[in-house]
Amino acid sequence: MAQRVVEYAVGRNPEMGPDGLPTPSPFEPFDVPEPELGTEEMLINIGPQHPATHGVLRLICELDGETVLRVTPDIGYLHSSFEKLGEYRTWNQIVTLTDRMDYLAPLIYNCAYVMSVEKLMGIEVTERCKVVRVICMELDRIFGHLLWLGTTAIDVGAFTPFLYAFQQRERIYLLHEALTGARITTSATRVGGMMADLPDGWIDGLRSFLDTFPNTLAEIDRLLTGNQIHIGRTQGVGAITADEAINYGLTGPNLRAAGVDYDVRKDRPYYDYETYDFEVPIGEHGDCYDRYLCRMEEMRQSVRILRQAIARLPGGPINVQDPSVSLPSKTDCMSDMESMIHHFKLITEGIPAPEGDCYMAVEGSKGELGMYVVAEEGGTKPVRWRVRPPSFVNLSVIARLAEGHLVSDLIMINASLDIVLGEIDR
Amino acid sequence: MPDTPRRGLDAVEEGPRPSDAGPGGSSGTHASASDHPSVAALEARFGKAILRHRVSAGDQTVVWIDPAKSLEILTWLKDEPGQRFDMMADVTAVDYGQGRPVEVVYQMFSTGQKRALRVRCALPIEALEIDSVAGLWKCANWLEREVYDLFGVTFKGHPDLRRILMPYDYAEGHPLRKDFPLRGRFSRAEQTRRALAQDVDRFYRAEDLRLGGAPQEVAVGGPSTDGGASVGTGEGS
Repeated sequence: MAQRVVEYAVGRNPEMGPDGLPTPSPFEPFDVPEPELGTEEMLINIGPQHPATHGVLRLICELDGETVLRVTPDIGYLHSSFEKLGEYRTWNQIVTLTDRMDYLAPLIYNCAYVMSVEKLMGIEVTERCKVVRVICMELDRIFGHLLWLGTTAIDVGAFTPFLYAFQQRERIYLLHEALTGARITTSATRVGGMMADLPDGWIDGLRSFLDTFPNTLAEIDRLLTGNQIHIGRTQGVGAITADEAINYGLTGPNLRAAGVDYDVRKDRPYYDYETYDFEVPIGEHGDCYDRYLCRMEEMRQSVRILRQAIARLPGGPINVQDPSVSLPSKTDCMSDMESMIHHFKLITEGIPAPEGDCYMAVEGSKGELGMYVVAEEGGTKPVRWRVRPPSFVNLSVIARLAEGHLVSDLIMINASLDIVLGEIDR
Repeated sequence: MPDTPRRGLDAVEEGPRPSDAGPGGSSGTHASASDHPSVAALEARFGKAILRHRVSAGDQTVVWIDPAKSLEILTWLKDEPGQRFDMMADVTAVDYGQGRPVEVVYQMFSTGQKRALRVRCALPIEALEIDSVAGLWKCANWLEREVYDLFGVTFKGHPDLRRILMPYDYAEGHPLRKDFPLRGRFSRAEQTRRALAQDVDRFYRAEDLRLGGAPQEVAVGGPSTDGGASVGTGEGS
């Protein structure tokens, strides 16, 4: 296995002592007795409509002055009951529900869902399809991290990285549009393959993105990584230990920043991830700054994976050659009666599944994204379709992380967890 | 494929066939779950409390355990040196409908041994009660709240069992149960009437913000603290 520790080039904040606490100021404070003021704990409501909550999230904070005593997240404002809807949809119809959960990295959700269904049905997708899905997932990992990077930088007062990041996101939007016809609601995958093969010239577009994106990332890196203000706002803020992070169920960059070596791509590999050469960044302090560093490094590693995937992209069909799963070609449908009936039956009845259940985890941009499907014998619809939501579990730790910090740190901690409310509320 | 390629319509009738090359596509060949080390250890330790086990979707081990002993078994799985399932990836439930038992599903993972195990507990539909594991895994706190909210399963010993996704005063029941109609129990007119009759200020009252109490303790309606308001006017005058 490749080396999985990335050394950071920057030191910790020199103003902080070895215990992570600020060293005392060299100036003596004026010796003025504090006036006797009546103190009272205060209740502050942030959200549900507030730009700093990154979605329709409500945080109820009990404050002592500016210090957070307790924070209670209140979620559910975006609840759409996707899982209930899924029980009334055939396997392929559910794909459109998945990208509406995490609209910041929709292709990962598309892929994760069909992977779980294919595993349940015992379908092995073609080699080309595997590589195309790896490309989709790694591209959307960058896509999701870029949004996180831009919005989080804004939360701590840096405006330029937001513009840089969103310029690059726009290029991925265009790639989405060329691949799937939609910018956000991609719905690109189908059970047994993809909606369509890669369009002509798409790989060239991706290649040109990969050629210039690392430069922009390096510019953002220069703006933030050694920035004293950014360091002061993030280092030592919202720290969590490795054992506690595991116990809270954190996954993804949030867990790895705490020093836990767990990445689904390495530990439960799917789609030949074990054959790609990439490293998984591991932090050590578990604070907001390490989460930032982990995500920055993950984007660079995703670029590496994407380059390797382009180099190994094989030819051949993108969909499995199994008539009970894949639709016949449109030309056949229009010229051959049996193909027409075949098409009609697959669309109207759906694909029958074997009895059983299947939990398939992939490394999403937010953490371990699990898709759990339960089917009855011959069922063309799931008995239960469950999404193991990484943001939902990650958000539940915020009460623990924010305790004792300032309100402004609470904003940073909330941002550093990288949540998306569409998936938390589902 | 070893035999002749299937023609379109025949294949549609038969359904998908496991691919020959697929590592996960050989569900028929491994019918027993005994190759998972935790299964043998569980059976040796708990005997009859391990009801049955199987391999699902090719290589995923599922163990059904006695709900009455679930807390004991899950504690053992977490703390026993040979097991150490320190990550509770997911807690959810499955309702098969038609009065069949609701099954609570635990997806466990051991970060040390890189091993996954799925544990299921079947609860009779008339007694949806099981011990909470929120004391063992902190992440189970919210996950169990979600199961309680959407399925109505009561987790005994949970520190804060409230609804989490649906509103606190949601009156139509538990949406993910199979007996819950897709569009809700109330008519559209009734749902609209209730939505419009909501006291919006209610959600920002100090009492409501004192969260974390006993389940469903939040009062519905009623006047809020007018004591604070009168103090404010007194100072202003």
